[in-house]
Amino acid sequence: MNLRRDVYQAIADPTRRAILLLVSSHAMTAGAIASNFDTARPTVSKHLQILAECDLLEQEQNGREIFYHLNPRKMKEIAEFIEPFRKLWDDRFHKLEAVMKKYKSRK
Amino acid sequence: MQRKTKVNAEDGKQELSISREFDLPLELLFKAHIEPTMVEQWMGTKVLNLESRKHGGYQFETADPQGNVIFRAHGVIHELSPNRKIVRTFEMENTPFGVQIEFYDFEKLTEDTSRLNMHVIFESVAQRDQLLKLPFAQGLNMAHDRIQDIVNKLR
Repeated sequence: MNLRRDVYQAIADPTRRAILLLVSSHAMTAGAIASNFDTARPTVSKHLQILAECDLLEQEQNGREIFYHLNPRKMKEIAEFIEPFRKLWDDRFHKLEAVMKKYKSRK
Repeated sequence: MQRKTKVNAEDGKQELSISREFDLPLELLFKAHIEPTMVEQWMGTKVLNLESRKHGGYQFETADPQGNVIFRAHGVIHELSPNRKIVRTFEMENTPFGVQIEFYDFEKLTEDTSRLNMHVIFESVAQRDQLLKLPFAQGLNMAHDRIQDIVNKLR
């Protein structure tokens, strides 16, 4: 069964975020992308498929090869995504405070 | 009261700054940055190595539950003045962002509060902007209007 894809789901996965990072500088083939991961090639292909279905990645045929690149328009749409990630750093700093307060009370 | 992380990234500059006030004494805020076990806890990454001293180095790594490395970063510490300052390089491996120089300034506000000012310098404007264009790259707490600016340029 194919679940309905949504972008939140797409970027929730760390491997897919890493893929988006990779292709942010230049278009890459699936093989070149996969070579950056220890994961099995079909797993990477699945991730690419999900990102493409969400329009975060665009495919471009160049001769026999398909290159993947970021879709800037979709990136615009997910600008609101800054909030979860903004929160991630805030959470991190909150954690820092909590960790250090606990440490302080133990002293 | 929730304290907010502020990020400033001016147009056309190859730098950005991050600042945040902490409900912690200066000494503890500093300690959170130099003790490997503490860095691990709040950064949520494995600290493979962290020599908190001048000429020391560090290496962070995060793997997914299957054991695949999804984040690896390293750098060298240029200066470390206790409770005052850390100057270090930072490089995220397998990304286009290059090497960054990070200046951490630790500041005492009151006996129980402190502030961290981070100044990050990139090799080029393009590299900084590339990082900023990815809202999720670092999870930095960026001003939303700044993101809007960048996004507008993408159109």
